[in-house]
Amino acid sequence: MPVIQSSISTSSESFRTNAERMQSLVADISDKAALVQRGGSEEARARHTARGKLLPRGRLAQLLDTGSPFLEIGQFAAWDMYDDAISAAGMIAGIGRVEGREVMVVVNDATVKGGTYYPLTVKKHLRAQEIALQNKLPCVYLVDSGGANLPNQDEVFPDREHFGRIFYNQANMSAAGIPQIACVMGSCTAGGAYVPAMADESIMVRKQATIFLGGPPLVKAATGEDVSAEELGGADLHTRESGVADHYALDDEHALAICRRIVRNLNRKKEIGLDLRASVAPLHDPREIHGIVPADLRQPYDVREVIARIVDGSELDEFKQNYGTTLVTGFAHIHGMPVGIIANNGVLFSESAVKGAHFIELCCQRKIPLVFLQNITGFMVGKKYEAGGIAKDGAKLVTAVATAQVPKVTMIIGGSFGAGNYGMCGRAYSPRFLWMWPNARISVMGGEQAAMVLALVRRENIERKGGTWSAKEEAEFKRPTLEKYEREGHPLYSSARLWDDGIIDPARSREVLALSLSAALNAPIDDTKFGVFRM
Amino acid sequence: MFSKILIANRGEIACRVIRTARRLGVTTVAVYSDADAASLHVAMADEAVHIGASPVGESYLRGDRIIAAAKQTGAEAIHPGYGFLSENPDFVDQVTAAGLVFIGPSADSIRAMGLKDAAKRLMEKAGVPVVPGYHGEAQDIVLLTTKAREIGYPVLIKARAGGGGKGMRRVDDPDDFSEALSGARREAKAAFGDDRVLVEKYVDKPRHIEVQVFGDNFGNAVHLFERDCSAQRRHQKVIEEAPAPGMTPALRKAMTEAAVKAAKAIKYSGAGTIEFIVDASQGLKADRFWFMEMNTRLQVEHPVTEMVTGIDLVEWQLRVASGEKLPKAQDGITLSGHAFEARLYAEDATNGFLPAIGTLHHLRFPETAPAGSAMRIETGVREGDAISPYYDPMIAKLVVHGNNRAAALSALEAALADTEIAGSVTNTAFLAALAADADFAAGDVDTGLIGRKQDALTAVPAPGDEVIATAALAAANVAEHRDPSDPWSSLVGYAHFHAGARNIALKSGEHVIMARVTARADGGFDVATDHGVHSLRAGGGKRLARWPDHVTVFSGATGYSFGVPDPLAKADDAGAGAGSLRAPMPGLVKVVRSGPGEVVVKGQPLLILEAMKMEHTIAAPHDGTIAEIAAEGAQVTDGTILVRFVEADT
Repeated sequence: MPVIQSSISTSSESFRTNAERMQSLVADISDKAALVQRGGSEEARARHTARGKLLPRGRLAQLLDTGSPFLEIGQFAAWDMYDDAISAAGMIAGIGRVEGREVMVVVNDATVKGGTYYPLTVKKHLRAQEIALQNKLPCVYLVDSGGANLPNQDEVFPDREHFGRIFYNQANMSAAGIPQIACVMGSCTAGGAYVPAMADESIMVRKQATIFLGGPPLVKAATGEDVSAEELGGADLHTRESGVADHYALDDEHALAICRRIVRNLNRKKEIGLDLRASVAPLHDPREIHGIVPADLRQPYDVREVIARIVDGSELDEFKQNYGTTLVTGFAHIHGMPVGIIANNGVLFSESAVKGAHFIELCCQRKIPLVFLQNITGFMVGKKYEAGGIAKDGAKLVTAVATAQVPKVTMIIGGSFGAGNYGMCGRAYSPRFLWMWPNARISVMGGEQAAMVLALVRRENIERKGGTWSAKEEAEFKRPTLEKYEREGHPLYSSARLWDDGIIDPARSREVLALSLSAALNAPIDDTKFGVFRM
Repeated sequence: MFSKILIANRGEIACRVIRTARRLGVTTVAVYSDADAASLHVAMADEAVHIGASPVGESYLRGDRIIAAAKQTGAEAIHPGYGFLSENPDFVDQVTAAGLVFIGPSADSIRAMGLKDAAKRLMEKAGVPVVPGYHGEAQDIVLLTTKAREIGYPVLIKARAGGGGKGMRRVDDPDDFSEALSGARREAKAAFGDDRVLVEKYVDKPRHIEVQVFGDNFGNAVHLFERDCSAQRRHQKVIEEAPAPGMTPALRKAMTEAAVKAAKAIKYSGAGTIEFIVDASQGLKADRFWFMEMNTRLQVEHPVTEMVTGIDLVEWQLRVASGEKLPKAQDGITLSGHAFEARLYAEDATNGFLPAIGTLHHLRFPETAPAGSAMRIETGVREGDAISPYYDPMIAKLVVHGNNRAAALSALEAALADTEIAGSVTNTAFLAALAADADFAAGDVDTGLIGRKQDALTAVPAPGDEVIATAALAAANVAEHRDPSDPWSSLVGYAHFHAGARNIALKSGEHVIMARVTARADGGFDVATDHGVHSLRAGGGKRLARWPDHVTVFSGATGYSFGVPDPLAKADDAGAGAGSLRAPMPGLVKVVRSGPGEVVVKGQPLLILEAMKMEHTIAAPHDGTIAEIAAEGAQVTDGTILVRFVEADT
């Protein structure tokens, strides 16, 4: 395999500047991640542990195999979205290993507003389930939640993608043979009660867990009956009398041990039908990515420098190397797994779009997972290109991306603008995972272009009425748009809304892709039937 | 030479005899009790015969069954090993009467040496020096008191039929004599069924030096030099050596001549040991040793003699018993270098040397001796075998040989530091502490050394922080094998930014030690304890053992064991600790066998429920205290609470 020749000089001024900037972006995200990982307030956490309960991250650590990777999703969900800091939307979700198997774990954080479901909490829970369903990962729910967040009920309860969908998913995943395990370690009220009730197997912790459709206050209000939470829906009742839960645990530690035992007995084997190779480290240090990516998104660089720091042995077998050169396509391996890489190396032309579609056909035919390295301002515009049928060729790429059944993993490494987002497997195209670098930006178009378009329209209006518009006025007019796009295009804005699965350190892209791909290989790869390609 | 022999013993000595027999082309028959059915000596022998239940009285002491086993398998001779029937003259008579050969001395020899005072008289007559003392038949207290005064205080009261320190009392002050006497008699009566005692001079700074002798059926007797067994704890030998440190040619000559004289006096045939007490208060002097007793068998510590003489004593036993002459004359027996033997026991040195039992989940002996030295590991157990309560809890004997005492001692220390045993407490650290003791190293050992220094020798330093961290990582059960082509296995602890920490609880006695384990991006782990953070790797070349619910970390000769409770097991014993016991079906409470406040143990019947014309015993599902229990005669439906337990503190 040809090894990518790197022309990067790690001692150059630009490398140092780039690296410094990227490292400061990574440090910023890392600091915020540390904040999010603390969960609720000091006080709420103290109250939680005083009851003998493990903190959510402690529960997670106890559940997973020691040393297991944890591919967290939605780490910044609800970041800066509500009046209070709702860390990670009050829920930890991600893939980790339990008894040697990859499992989707969803952990309510009762230290954040009692673990109640905000709109983003619901969205995150559903996203976790979607990942589990697509990749056939057993689900473990560590339940400790007061249910729907009542002040936000209109945004969490009634709609298709709201609370009820959680149980719909549980039922359908169970039907698809994807195990659903609930471990109730705290409250589990009202609709939430269906998480354990709908589970294949469930555990309750004595004197901590309660499951009921209506809690003691509601019962009192409805019937006047005075009843304690433990009597109404404690572990003793549900494991001995009602049969709502299956296993009785003495404490968190015991419950998690039972949970591990359940996973041990699932009788599942990961069958990977790919031609795996021995994993080989890249020839070039992945940490050098920090110095490769220019501070300015518009400044071009050869994406092969990034690929060389992600794939095994820095080896890439390029496809159509001399054609449609703004899109790099080729076969490589990541941790021994064969992948097809599709990476932007400039604006998309017709040729690059068609090349991409062709390459996706190859990968689907051969059942090779796809990795999209997205850094795209959009498709080329202009009379010549419209006349050349770029919309038609763009549609070919979008069709291929949309209908490809091989696992797709997207990493936004730079800009993600306009239809380029679609052609490069944006969120709407259901990549199994979508990760973002801290320098990335995502919006319908670049802030500069949006401001320019709006300013042009405005200037036309003013000038048509005979008015004048100074450059200063124009700059003043453009500023809010620029600011809006900068804010809304920021990865944290995207992550907060779960447009992506998380922000990662670019230097660890190889690891994230490897874990994502390997997790995806828990599901067999289906045959692809493409739609009609407009010719 | 015999073609087939039966070994009427178990453990390391049975294995040791089998090895020599096999080398000589002699087929071996092992005998075993229930507890030993799967033990090493059975596996090693050519044939094995089951002789009874686990208690020794029903197996290894059943001479009749052993003789029957020999007849049944066609063995021509019986090797008794040591202990059990090895010094039982009646058994020897039975063996002989059955037409078999007893590999050991005659019954007469054993009888002659069996009663200590008689043996001493015999030796006195033969001109062997004996400790001043009274060995008479008369036992009245006035006489004994008078004799004690004549001998001179301090004196030692000993059981006439005794051994192993039972019925033995040192008396320093005449006022204490009568009380000590009654104590000694009580013990002697209990241990031997014979409360007669003898009184001897108590020797100051005594050393226990014994001479290995060998006789044949042709009247020949030789010695194989001496062994020093002064390192004793309550008369139990701990580390033995040959030759005796500081031995002078004059004393050696006097002692070995006396020993050979003693053997010849009773026409001794086979391997025997003459034990002497030596007064070392003024150095080793040729006129300051006295006969103590003769052991008419192969000694536990015989390997040190083999190491320094190059002679296989078991081979000699077989040859002599089969009618051959002694293979070597006295002048053909030479002494070379120095040897030590350390007895590894399953016992709790820090807790009064209480014998311990347990499964040897992890058992590693050093594989090679340090350069210039030789080593033998004499053991009857393998990893996974159990130390049962039925027999002596010896695990192994570490025997080393060096060109001189210092070299041998350093080899012994190295061997002990390389020994790893987990699953039972052991005295390994104590042995290492003794080997490292300055007086011991200087050869300045008397039988009181260990007693005087016991606290220091048995003190176990608290586990270091690194030991705790290592144990915590082992307890975290990190997979040591990483599959490089499986990222979920090889990308240890990956997290987008901050890896989670896992709490690990280690139990050290009743004490719980907490540690936090966090994976590092480089595949290692940071283990935070109360005192600091240690960067470790799983496996990482640490000496440790994981065994059910435990982890043991070895640091030198010390094994630090920590409990790692299995949360699933915790449930079993606390079980419904929370809770209560319910009627499994409708019925009548017929009999109630327990009451509120009573502490019950798991499995204890609490009440009888009559249902469907059957009586169902309801037993305690776990240990606990009864809070409430159903009344006798009560009619219950299924699910009715029959017993409520007092909530355990959680």
